[in-house]
Amino acid sequence: MEQKTNVVAEDGKQEILITRAFDLPVELLFKAYIEPDFIEQWMGTKVLKFDFKKHGSFHFSTTDPKGNKIGFNGTIHDFKTNEKIIRTFEMENMPFGVQLEIYEFEKLTETTSKIKQQVIYQSVNHRDQNLKLPFKLGINWAHNRLEELLTKSK
Amino acid sequence: MKLRRDVFQAIADPNRRAIISLVALQAMTPTAIAENFDYSRQTISKHIQILTECEILEQEQKGREIYYHLNPNGMKEIAEFIEPFRKLWDDRFNKLESVMKSQIHEHKK
Repeated sequence: MEQKTNVVAEDGKQEILITRAFDLPVELLFKAYIEPDFIEQWMGTKVLKFDFKKHGSFHFSTTDPKGNKIGFNGTIHDFKTNEKIIRTFEMENMPFGVQLEIYEFEKLTETTSKIKQQVIYQSVNHRDQNLKLPFKLGINWAHNRLEELLTKSK
Repeated sequence: MKLRRDVFQAIADPNRRAIISLVALQAMTPTAIAENFDYSRQTISKHIQILTECEILEQEQKGREIYYHLNPNGMKEIAEFIEPFRKLWDDRFNKLESVMKSQIHEHKK
């Protein structure tokens, strides 16, 4: 399968750029980021709070295969429907720092769209720690959790 | 055989990253590298040694001087560290796409 998702992490920079084209209208792509039901399904997390408005906040909780609960939270700084979301994101009780996320949504055609996720970390070291995270957590656990949720919802 | 160090450990240190960006521009002697820092020559030598052990830097003897230059394969290895992170997001996005596509189908019903 071709690589649809592109990740750029330039050496010495404290940001990561993630881009991806979708076979989805931009309205649906945007919805996937702002409706708790959809977030729960594709992110594999439980949404405890999601107040999607300017200065609103969100709180997620994910359970790893060992049964440990990991909390995530952040604040919506600003957004423009179907175009942009600017928010903060933090993994609770972890030494990964808080990150600033700038998500840009782009309509390609009526049925296709693209997202650009610019994630800015507190330092280059924080960024590199986050990049290594899939090794530490085991790349599949988020995925497995997602499968579980999807199977339950059927 | 020398114990192989973690490439991420090599680039975790800001001074080592500074050394990489200096040497990326041109091959340099340890003295020339050390001149860019306020640290002792020994401290910089230690950093150069770590970068060499990680195979990010390579030594080259030119006359009486040793020059260090960037090993493109070492840098490639750093790029490969990104792959699991990319894979994680690729899986998430694939899931996003299938979840949202099922929405289109439900609307059509």
